[in-house]
Amino acid sequence: MNTPIIRVTDVHKSYGRGPNRFDALKGVTFDINEGESIAIIGKSGSGKSTLMHVLALLDAPTSGTVELEGVDTSTLKGKNLNRARNKTFGFVFQQFFLTANASVLENVMLPMKIAGIRRSERKLRALAALEQLEMVDKAKNKAINLSGGQKQRSVIARALVNNPRIIFADEPTGNLDTVTGAVVEDILFNLNREHGITLIVVTHDEELAARCDRRMYIRDGLLVTDTTEVAA
Amino acid sequence: MKTLDLISSAASNTFRSKTRTILTVLAIFVGAFTLTITNGLGTGINRYIDDTVTSIGAEDVMTVTVTPDADSGFGGGSGPTEYDPAAVAGGGFGPGEGGTVVALTPDDLDTLATIDGVLDVEATKSISPDWVQYGDGTQYVTSIGGLVSGQTVQLAAGAAPATDASRLELNLPVSYVEPLGFADADAAIGETITIAITDAERTQHLVEATVVGVAEESIAAPGAGGLVVNAALTDSLYETQNIGIPTDQQERYAQASIRFDPSTSSEEITALKERLSNAGFTGTTVADQLGTVKTVIDAIVLVLNAFAVIALLAASFGIVNTLFMSVQERTREIGLMKAMGMGSGKVFGLFSLEAVFIGFLGSAIGVGIGMIVGTSISSLLSGAILADLPGLTLIAFDPLSISVIILVVMAIAFLAGTLPAARAARADPVESLRYE
Repeated sequence: MNTPIIRVTDVHKSYGRGPNRFDALKGVTFDINEGESIAIIGKSGSGKSTLMHVLALLDAPTSGTVELEGVDTSTLKGKNLNRARNKTFGFVFQQFFLTANASVLENVMLPMKIAGIRRSERKLRALAALEQLEMVDKAKNKAINLSGGQKQRSVIARALVNNPRIIFADEPTGNLDTVTGAVVEDILFNLNREHGITLIVVTHDEELAARCDRRMYIRDGLLVTDTTEVAA
Repeated sequence: MKTLDLISSAASNTFRSKTRTILTVLAIFVGAFTLTITNGLGTGINRYIDDTVTSIGAEDVMTVTVTPDADSGFGGGSGPTEYDPAAVAGGGFGPGEGGTVVALTPDDLDTLATIDGVLDVEATKSISPDWVQYGDGTQYVTSIGGLVSGQTVQLAAGAAPATDASRLELNLPVSYVEPLGFADADAAIGETITIAITDAERTQHLVEATVVGVAEESIAAPGAGGLVVNAALTDSLYETQNIGIPTDQQERYAQASIRFDPSTSSEEITALKERLSNAGFTGTTVADQLGTVKTVIDAIVLVLNAFAVIALLAASFGIVNTLFMSVQERTREIGLMKAMGMGSGKVFGLFSLEAVFIGFLGSAIGVGIGMIVGTSISSLLSGAILADLPGLTLIAFDPLSISVIILVVMAIAFLAGTLPAARAARADPVESLRYE
């Protein structure tokens, strides 16, 4: 295989010092290849969220290395780090994190605004992303007036606009009912399959995990099982 | 994020919590409003003084007196002042000091003429008339002043007295027109009035002169609010007044006017004063005399401004509070923006720009309303209490100080915003996005 998109080597992450020291990750090593769909599964407190934060470069590991496309991310600083996050990652959160009183369009345009893209192009691309998620008619609505499923679709549109290589989805269906959740799942796996976007889902939902190519079980900061299955 | 986007985002974020923003803006408004009014007061009064100096027109004229000895001056020492036979009563003419001054002799005038930088010396002839009368009307006490070359009179009617005319001419102040018995200012032109003056032998003489103009009154008008006479009338009155005084005693003057090159810089004027004081004289320009008034007004305005700044400081705590709440509320949004690759510097910029925008709103509204209120107050007052000071706009505004106020308020707002903005910039995206 080519260089993996993410290579994690013996990553430790601990919080606090002395007697309060808490080891969230105790030496995790794995590779993620481009186009994979991966579920990181574990109970709360297992370290799965910490692992996602480290993978998304939101948090630096205490020791060990995270390589993004062969580049050691500890060498990325300031502007480069921000650009890497902005261009490479898209985020889908359980609690959406939409700006309540702004329109859907403005919410979706936010990552491009941060990237410094021209206003006219921002609008064009945001509408295209909303189109893809069948949300164009809601573009002018305020985010607060949307249903859960619509909110999550807006969030996915927002995650998509910068054409990311990797989408991180943290409990993407946690706040949705089964039917809506299934629709959102379909959208995410569709993106993975048809656009080759690497999908990393953090969840404790076994059903959702079962749909991923690969499942990694985290317990007490250690990777206990890593199954790679051929996608159905 | 581009700067323009940053500014527009900051501006629209400001309106997200309208009530809070409006209250903060109001607090700043109060400070900016006060600052505008007090500043306008200073500008208005100082501009009036400047205009007055210009209307006097004698910017190249300096009043010279003999410098009194340290122990015989005004309040120079304690106890009674020793009698000086060379002293004459000064005052009553022009903007000179009252009390006793050491007289200038013809020798002194010659000395003055030789001082470097002095173009011309003219002794100021002090005249004390008894009364002035039109026809058989009431007699009024008055004072008399001449025009120093270069001075202009602000006229209500007629013309200024002709300096080189041999006819005895004068200007009446506006306030004399009706008491003397004229219907209006124009009716007085061309009429003859009588001035009574007493000589050294206590004999009263009557001198008749023609009214050629009526002068507006202002605080520093030539003639100090009395009659303005031409050279011929001055000489005539002075001769009459000096009847009976021994010839060698006649030429004693309380003060003299010297003229210097109008293009003289202020440094050169200072040097000229230096030379005058070395020769034993004191020189004062019109600007010097009014400068004292200006200094007092500036000091008062400074104190008033200090109060306004205190109000602004109080308002700036309001900004700190507002933004801290905003940062608190928007923790997740900040975390999200950071996760999406927004740098800490930009986050800091976003929040401090919000503070600056709030400051701008408050100051722009404050300055705007301040100008409207100030202008209406001064136009109301100039028609009523201040009617005696024509030309005075009590509260005036100049664009420079107005923009300085807005900039200062925005700077204060920025400083107030740095604290909450720094907190937002420091926020850890992981902490901010943690589920609760």
